[in-house]
Amino acid sequence: MLLSSLYVMLGLALVLGILLGIAALLFKVEGDPLVARIDAILPQTQCGQCGYPGCKPYATAIANGEADINQCPPGGDAGVRALADLLGVEYKPLNAEHGMPKPKSVAFIDEATCIGCTLCIQACPVDAILGAAKHMHTIIASECTGCELCVAPCPVDCITMQPIAETPDNWKWKYPVIPIKAVSAVGGNAS
Amino acid sequence: MINSIVNFASKLLGSPSTAEDFYRFNGGVHPAEHKQESTLKPIGKLPIPPSLVLPLRQHVGYIPKIRVKVGDYVHKGQMLAEAEGSVSAAIHAPSSGTVSAIADAIIPHPSGLPDMCITITPDGKDRWVDLKPIDWRNTPKTELVASLRLSGIVGLGGATFPTHIKVRADGKSGVHTLVINAAECEPYITCDDMLMREHADEIVKGMEIVQYLLGAERCIVGIEDNKPEATAAMRAACSALPGSSVKVVPTLYPSGDARRLIHLLLGTEIPHDKRSTDVGIQVFNVATVRAIYRYFTFGEPSLSRIVTMTGNVANPQNFEVLFGTPLQTLIAAAGNAGADTTHFIMGGPMMGFDLPSANVPITKAANCIIAATPHMFAAPPPAMPCIRCARCADACPVNLQPQELYWFAKSDNFEKARDYNLFDCIECGCCSYVCPSNIPLVQYYRYAKSEIIAADKAKEAADLARERNEFRLARIEREKLERAQKHAERAASAKKEEAQTSTGDAKPAATDTGTQASAAADDAKKAAIERAKAMKQAQTENDTPAASEAQPAKSEKALAAKTAADNDPDKQAKIAAAIARAKAQKLAAAQSAADNAVAAQAAGDSAAEQTKTEQSKQDKQALIAAAIERAKAQKLAAAQAGVTPKNTDNVSASVKAEIEKIDAIREKAHIADNTDKT
Repeated sequence: MLLSSLYVMLGLALVLGILLGIAALLFKVEGDPLVARIDAILPQTQCGQCGYPGCKPYATAIANGEADINQCPPGGDAGVRALADLLGVEYKPLNAEHGMPKPKSVAFIDEATCIGCTLCIQACPVDAILGAAKHMHTIIASECTGCELCVAPCPVDCITMQPIAETPDNWKWKYPVIPIKAVSAVGGNAS
Repeated sequence: MINSIVNFASKLLGSPSTAEDFYRFNGGVHPAEHKQESTLKPIGKLPIPPSLVLPLRQHVGYIPKIRVKVGDYVHKGQMLAEAEGSVSAAIHAPSSGTVSAIADAIIPHPSGLPDMCITITPDGKDRWVDLKPIDWRNTPKTELVASLRLSGIVGLGGATFPTHIKVRADGKSGVHTLVINAAECEPYITCDDMLMREHADEIVKGMEIVQYLLGAERCIVGIEDNKPEATAAMRAACSALPGSSVKVVPTLYPSGDARRLIHLLLGTEIPHDKRSTDVGIQVFNVATVRAIYRYFTFGEPSLSRIVTMTGNVANPQNFEVLFGTPLQTLIAAAGNAGADTTHFIMGGPMMGFDLPSANVPITKAANCIIAATPHMFAAPPPAMPCIRCARCADACPVNLQPQELYWFAKSDNFEKARDYNLFDCIECGCCSYVCPSNIPLVQYYRYAKSEIIAADKAKEAADLARERNEFRLARIEREKLERAQKHAERAASAKKEEAQTSTGDAKPAATDTGTQASAAADDAKKAAIERAKAMKQAQTENDTPAASEAQPAKSEKALAAKTAADNDPDKQAKIAAAIARAKAQKLAAAQSAADNAVAAQAAGDSAAEQTKTEQSKQDKQALIAAAIERAKAQKLAAAQAGVTPKNTDNVSASVKAEIEKIDAIREKAHIADNTDKT
């Protein structure tokens, strides 16, 4: 009786162990899901303002507890809040050391000044600059993340950052505000 | 409240009750109609206005592509802009004349922002382009749909969805019922009413075409019971078309919404994530159907529409208005607006928006213009806190929970708002209409919707950026490996050659393994970065003597010019040239060692070359960069000063070789890319 129950338990353990082993192989999680989730919140500007060479490295650093959550100016306050929410830590305001949020802009190459040196092409983290050696370069505006990494390497300073203008296409309805009327104080003496 | 009691009673009695031929939907409101004023006169005609301004953004979807240029003479009906992409519509010249401008102008849009418009100055002759009617009965359906794409016809009920998309069913969609939307539920608007009274036969002929295109078995016209004349006219005309019928529905806002009308007429509720065509129903507005008829029968593209001009004007009336007609022309035709008019509303009072000015053109979406006074539309009293009465939920025709959506939208809790099906909201305004606290609920929903849409777009852009960044990193890694491999191969072959040709006292050459080569490449890169950094620093301290040691006079001149901050482009170019030159020279000086190495290589010392393969390689690259820089600077300077460039010939051979090599690597990478993709 004792032996048979032992066998039953052992058998159960064996079967369940095998099942768990198969499940571990079948549903194996590739990589660190936390890094991917942090990376999903980051704005993917790849600007390096956080002190890391891109959004993914910064996400990894956050996941490893090496970096703080308030080092991403392009993500803004909303980004910090989302990160705090995800990681279950206290919200903290953006660290001014890493810069302040700016209006979203795209780079623009002054084509008359461009000498075709390709330095900006090499600097662009998202391959958003088109051109070849000794040929004029241009920015693919829809791909530009506004990271400003191309501005510094330009030897002739022909790249400027231009804020994205509001058009009927990207216009947003505003938050409803109640207009406040100025009421003259004369005769309005509250008793 | 009464409504819900009636609903409850009708449910008790078993719906639909036998007396009614329709299926009620939940909610809805009864705002004052104000339709009488503008139905007293027949549809009026406007003279050709002095100018026609046609915004490119007149429909849902992509902006069409402009096909004319300023100064072109265009005939009436000639295509000005061609549909681009699947969801897009063409734009045609509403009258003959000259294209006088293609530029930004104020468009009728709630933002009040300018957008691209084509302006035509009509010559008053109204000369038509050659019209090509289409014998739709004897033409393949695919051709009909393709030609409809050229017609510029969009949904004229106000949604302006390109019509050719809606009919491209080609018989496979299984659309069994065509619903013609003639409910026109919103107050003040009477354009569809007047159209049915005057052109019922044309509408029915258009129904026949659409029915044929969709392969629908039956066709139901839904009209609200406040339009008896239109109903009678449509009934008479529909007797000519077998399978068609006219159904009268009770007057209740918003029964003109496509899904509400389908519910009213057929009792079918379309799942919120599906389209009406998924359940075999397609909805067309009466005006759209008539436009389709005129296009196929006469070849006329979409050039005009009926517009109700009402409100605070002397003679409210419906007019047939050419697209692009300035609003002021229309106001003048209706006997001018009263002095106390504060603004103009496009669309109805429930769903319309305030026009930014009276200088906007009439577009395909403009079904009604209301001259508004504070007396007609009093500013709502200040919003009070929500008292949780849930009247908005009773009034909501989509069965949403407006009060919940309000909380979420107000607190920027957008994810939650989305969970509560914010995007099913049709922005009909019933909730705001019934709210006892005067809360501008719809404004909150619009705000939340546009924030969510913007966030989704940003997310999409971020995903794209991530993908491109990852691709770039992978490419750099691959190129590095390829370079290392090439180095190793060349070193190996050189070694072999040396073993064959010379037995001299060659030093123990590098072992030329791939890893070593890649390490060397890394070192080279680091060195290059270091150099670039130094260079940049030098640039920032441009006025230090180091930068100008070679040609101090010129450099100083450049500096002087810079400090003068002259805007003259010629001078700026000169400055740029000078900076580039100075930099190139400095770089060249820094690279004198590398120069020596290359000189040695040029002399043909194979042993030296071999020992220095890796080192000279990186130096060579830096040197080439310097040389290119120098050559460029010289060329620029030459262009400025008229001096022929020197010093380009002695480096050009090695530069060319290097460029060719880089090109070969790029080609290889490109091929690898393509194979990866396929």
